[in-house]
Amino acid sequence: MAEEGTLRVKTGLAEMLKGGVIMDVTNAEQAKIAEDAGAVAVMALERVPSDIRAAGGVARMADPAIIENIMKTVSVPVMAKARIGHFAEARILESLGVDYIDESEVLTPADENNHINKWDYKVPFVCGARNLGEALRRIGEGAAMIRTKGEAGTGNVVEAVRHMRTITNEMRGLTVLGEEELMTAAKNMGAPFDLVRSVAKTGKLPVVNFAAGGIATPADAALMMMLGVDGVFVGSGIFKSTDPSSMAKSIVEATTHFNDAALVAKVSKGIGDPMRGMEISEIDEKDLLQTRGW
Amino acid sequence: MTKESPTIGVLALQGAVREHAAALRSAGAAVEMVKWPGQLAGIDGLIIPGGESTTIGKLMVKYGFIQTIRDFAASGRPVYGSCAGLIAVAKKITEGSDPWLELMDIEARRNAFGRQQESFEAELDIPVLGATFTGIFIRAPWIEIAGPGVDVLAEFDGHKIMAREKNILVTAFHPELTNDTRIHEYFLSMINERTQ
Repeated sequence: MAEEGTLRVKTGLAEMLKGGVIMDVTNAEQAKIAEDAGAVAVMALERVPSDIRAAGGVARMADPAIIENIMKTVSVPVMAKARIGHFAEARILESLGVDYIDESEVLTPADENNHINKWDYKVPFVCGARNLGEALRRIGEGAAMIRTKGEAGTGNVVEAVRHMRTITNEMRGLTVLGEEELMTAAKNMGAPFDLVRSVAKTGKLPVVNFAAGGIATPADAALMMMLGVDGVFVGSGIFKSTDPSSMAKSIVEATTHFNDAALVAKVSKGIGDPMRGMEISEIDEKDLLQTRGW
Repeated sequence: MTKESPTIGVLALQGAVREHAAALRSAGAAVEMVKWPGQLAGIDGLIIPGGESTTIGKLMVKYGFIQTIRDFAASGRPVYGSCAGLIAVAKKITEGSDPWLELMDIEARRNAFGRQQESFEAELDIPVLGATFTGIFIRAPWIEIAGPGVDVLAEFDGHKIMAREKNILVTAFHPELTNDTRIHEYFLSMINERTQ
């Protein structure tokens, strides 16, 4: 008897993506460039985050026709974004047969209080987190993969670094607590007790954790890998650079050989200009994407 | 030459590398993470892990692994490919890209069981293990055609999902995602067969 959609099968795909780069694409041509460059998966969306930021208005799930076209074009897994709490978009994406859903703060949230009940789906979900409590809440809701939120569309890695360091430090903090201190920790971080207990025991998240939000160069990818993420998402960083194919290939190599500075130096040469970056402090607080969701 | 505990390399370009490493360690082997072809000289066996086969394939070509792994296999040392690794060692890929290593006389069909939502786990009957084994299949391939020299070790739903040809072993599923190390132990026994 075959059993589909089990937790092991959902988290298992994320395990297979480890050490790889997942690239944002907005059409089939870009998806092909990403696949040819060695992407382990592509993320289908209507506009890359920096364009969403520039355009303003409401950002929604991509057109199903575009998603289907991308699925037909590439053989790597195809992910797609749904709005936070928009379980109808998630059902639509599931019915299209996408391989992963990103319940993403990059799109305009549909529900300011509740995220999607991700246990209820056969398709696995990835969700963003800024700290351990947020990561464990999403896992408690059924997320099979976590990523840092970073600050998408800025080409500035500082927020992804902050989020990864925060998660790592909070996990380390839990490992030295006594059993009797764990309930207080769970209460303080607003996270499910059983998951807090599991992290206290193992020192790591029970699911794969990727970097996302602001990664724009091979060096950024290497930095995040050295901080302990399992792989990287690159959003605007590929197709907002001057030479997307070269940039994509170089970020793939830098992610594989993140510890080899000479190799990262070599692949960083002659790959055009990265996307133009933004200073986070110059962004209005209301325009920050990372504060969407809780 | 016999060694107390063999050193097994895990091709560490992308994918479920650390799970294979953990399974090998609990089965009693020393593990080396293989990032460059030069490392193959010092290992007794090689695992090509699950991951994204196009990514692993491209990186193998880029870093000069193709001929080195062919030479490694030709020396008789065992190679085990799981999922993407099965595709990597196949002589032919059905309706798809060119083959990579061509170590084993099989034709592999990529994503044969479907996309992620068709991914599944199932109890498999594997006679060489003498019992059943929980197979985790993730966007898994199957062996479309196995050549005459290939021993099919397990089937599921009429499809060939585990096979061996001399020193090459493949599974379409992921034993490294379970805590059951019997397939890794079987792989280690292939090294002992060679040294005996």
